[in-house]
Amino acid sequence: MIRSILDVLDLSVEEIEDLINLACDIIEHPANYAEACHGKTLATLFFEPSTRTRLSFEAAMYGLGGNVLGFSEAQSSSAAKGESVADTARTVSCYSDIIAMRHPKEGAPRVAAAHATVPVINAGDGGHNHPTQTLTDLLTIYREKGAIENLTVGFCGDLKFGRTVHSLINALSRYTGIKIVLISPMELKLPSYVKKDVLKDKGIPYVQTTDFESVIPDLDILYMTRVQRERFFNEEDYLRLKDSYILDPKKLTNAKKDLCIMHPLPRVNEISTQIDSDPRACYFKQVLNGKFIRMALILRLLEEAAKG
Amino acid sequence: MRIDSIQNGIVIDHISAGHGMELYELLGLRNADLPVAMIMNVVSKRMGRKDIIKIDADIPVNLDVIGYVDPKATVNYIKDGELVKKVNIQIPKMLTNVLRCKNPRCITSVEQELDHVFKLTDEKNKVYRCIYCEAKAGK
Repeated sequence: MIRSILDVLDLSVEEIEDLINLACDIIEHPANYAEACHGKTLATLFFEPSTRTRLSFEAAMYGLGGNVLGFSEAQSSSAAKGESVADTARTVSCYSDIIAMRHPKEGAPRVAAAHATVPVINAGDGGHNHPTQTLTDLLTIYREKGAIENLTVGFCGDLKFGRTVHSLINALSRYTGIKIVLISPMELKLPSYVKKDVLKDKGIPYVQTTDFESVIPDLDILYMTRVQRERFFNEEDYLRLKDSYILDPKKLTNAKKDLCIMHPLPRVNEISTQIDSDPRACYFKQVLNGKFIRMALILRLLEEAAKG
Repeated sequence: MRIDSIQNGIVIDHISAGHGMELYELLGLRNADLPVAMIMNVVSKRMGRKDIIKIDADIPVNLDVIGYVDPKATVNYIKDGELVKKVNIQIPKMLTNVLRCKNPRCITSVEQELDHVFKLTDEKNKVYRCIYCEAKAGK
């Protein structure tokens, strides 16, 4: 059975630790990995637009000495002719050694993985999962804080539709000493099933508030999110909620000196550009970490596939 | 009320009162060209009230459907007027093409040939989730 990664929880804590260690070694010694995937091909099947994720997968494969093929929108693939995800996966398996797939419909990468003969990495399926973003976030936390434990992590913005938030909360729930602070307008609160299934059932202490400034001094990590227009069925709701929280230098007055500010990007206006030069801004480091953790994941999946 | 015994067929007994019609629908009995008796709110020593479905034909029934609707039900197979087999139902771990995913963002909403598969994720509260999008099944 070829192993695919569709959800970050497909990986054990030990496997994530191994990926983080490998990514750190790649960062330290990139030359040692420059030919690690020589002769291997990554197919990037992007059925919806993406800048960071697609380019970071491609940069990761090139950084490993491999090749890349694929498409960056559904209109330039046979999906436009009505080809099923299953048939696309079977076909692309003939031309590649590993697939990274983004699709607007939830569960599409699972369908692909069931029919592909090479590993499939979910590069984002609608509002559902985006495991490599979560791995990127975990690597960033590890590199900034030295460990993924004993941290107070604040999530701010759209906690209802933000898949990166649900996924990171799920992943963090497996580490010790994690406290969660949820900051959002009432309409964009973390869904009750995430609170029940993850926070309550696993005994993770959490606070839910609409008052950003009252909790910011407690935070070790602040994970900002964008209110995503594409997740709303109703434009009016989007316009009403999009500017709920904007992080600016004034709001950081009482924040810890070693606060780590993260954002999955793209941002619109929820983090003022004045913050970009603050040493606590880690969101562009996060982008770079995304390439290294994807290199680590591609390497490990290809190694596993080679073992059969 | 008198319902004749069946000679060859299936009796689904001990259905919790009120669940008989749902089971009748999910088993596709409405459109089956078969003699079927739907008996509701029968007095039961064990259950107080119960529903019973009698199918006067030896047809295959999907036990997963019965387990999903009511795992306390029992299935009795009748041959030549005699009980030949009694099956106690278990709550199924997976359901294939019993329920449909109602999430418009799910891949099953656009790819018609895909099976609709739900996995039991919380046995205590009988929660099933779509294996693709993880949306909760709505009865």
